[in-house]
Amino acid sequence: MLDDFFVRAIVAGVGVAIVAAPLGCFVVWRRLAYFGDTLSHAALLGVALALFFQIDVVFAVFIVCALVALALVALQQRASLSSDSLLGLLAHSSLALGLVVLAFMTWVRVDLMGLLFGDILAVSKADIALIYGGGAVVLAILALIWRPLFASTVNRELAAAEGMAPEKTNIVFMLLMAIVIAIAMKIVGVLLITALLIIPAATARRLAHGPEIMAILAALIGISAVIIGLFGSLQWDTPSGPSIVVAALLLFIISLTPVYSIFVRRKDIAK
Amino acid sequence: MLSPSKTLVDLKNAGIYRSGRWLVRGVDLSVSRGEIVTLIGPNGSGKSTTARMALGLLKPDEGTSTQAKSLKVAYVPQKIAVDWTLPLTVARFMRLTQTLDDSALRNALQTTGVAHLEKAEVGDLSGGEFQRAMMARALARKPDFLVLDEPVQGVDYSGEIELYDLIGKIRDTLQCGILLISHDLHVVMAATDQVVCLNGHVCCKGTPQIVAKSDEYRKLFGERAASLALYQHDHDHVHLPDGTVRHADGSITDHCHPDDGHHHADDMEQAEARNAG
Repeated sequence: MLDDFFVRAIVAGVGVAIVAAPLGCFVVWRRLAYFGDTLSHAALLGVALALFFQIDVVFAVFIVCALVALALVALQQRASLSSDSLLGLLAHSSLALGLVVLAFMTWVRVDLMGLLFGDILAVSKADIALIYGGGAVVLAILALIWRPLFASTVNRELAAAEGMAPEKTNIVFMLLMAIVIAIAMKIVGVLLITALLIIPAATARRLAHGPEIMAILAALIGISAVIIGLFGSLQWDTPSGPSIVVAALLLFIISLTPVYSIFVRRKDIAK
Repeated sequence: MLSPSKTLVDLKNAGIYRSGRWLVRGVDLSVSRGEIVTLIGPNGSGKSTTARMALGLLKPDEGTSTQAKSLKVAYVPQKIAVDWTLPLTVARFMRLTQTLDDSALRNALQTTGVAHLEKAEVGDLSGGEFQRAMMARALARKPDFLVLDEPVQGVDYSGEIELYDLIGKIRDTLQCGILLISHDLHVVMAATDQVVCLNGHVCCKGTPQIVAKSDEYRKLFGERAASLALYQHDHDHVHLPDGTVRHADGSITDHCHPDDGHHHADDMEQAEARNAG
């Protein structure tokens, strides 16, 4: 079954959507959209370094993203520049640095469009194994830190006072983000990862009455976006990564329409 | 389990220094099991900073702050802004840092009078309702050490009295130490064992009566404040926000009637006698 490239693409995309959804919820709750962007821009530098040192791309991207995330935590604690300026500085300088390093390596031919916008149709069986293996690890760790992470999202001081160690969980969360970006990069590309994190979560918000439900709904919405987007890209011969994001956007717009809110209200009354 | 008379939190000559000035300095303060310590002082006098030192959220730049080992803390912060993007019901909020079974959860909400809001979203609550939900959460945690930062803000006057009453009850039933912050200079509960008056430093401390009489207190808050109102009262039933009535014996009914068996005839006569006097 996995011999067909289209089936592989769907399986890989669904895997990424499932892992991205709960983390995406935290990105939305903690107002980290720009942080996600910064990490994914840094991913390109990871690719460049992987090619330069001839090491595994996913591993290199994870290391670069993790370093950028930790650097941010350290810089934010010093608070010399405002957070958004720091993020902008790191995001675009790492993206530019990545592009410059790639340009220097004239001996490697890089599919830049594939890096920026994803190349889901070229997903291999090894990639799928990595997505599901890495994804399972991410979800397992997230389940372990769920309560303290959510508590410190609601109120950091309250969580700290009641023994939830927000600093530690925050660092673990940053590392999980780095893993997800490393494994999602191939599917939607560097520039669109944040969309896959936040659009399903934002769409799920109107339907959800609790954080856990919101994460599950976001996963289902993400899966739908992947399937709709891929079939659309097959139908109209559009690039796959952007098609998935457009599908997610359509679902979000539907969630804003009156039809949808009538449905939600009926459900509330039925309860 | 902590031993009964043990000191839960102890600050010795503690101070916090930030961007060129001391936010608060030279604070000596300890809270023991079963004791209510109230911090009062004007805005910016370092009340919250002191509470955060006691909670271990801030490390003092001078002096020491020690917490008893394996201390179970509950904290009701001054303000929590819950963003709309967070789908958080009152019930889920109650379970934020603890596992609770349904009956414990409902009991706590009932005690603070917001049982009817269990399924409401935290973002939709009024200030007073949210304050009660935060109190319920702290109560359900059964803490050794409870810190309340302005717990009655946004609560209407009768509710305020009720909540101050509840704080005394929490102390009696849980035998926990309570650190209470109040900007409300005139209403310091009679149940308070110790009042610490802050103004960048400890300007006076002791029982409410001693503090009310001290010169430093009068200087800080003016002569008018000298009549430090010590709240004391004894009515036998409380109207809860959901319309029901809780009686002195703990039972809850839909309405209150003088002859429903929950009222004490003696109390009525006493009340009349008081009014006449």
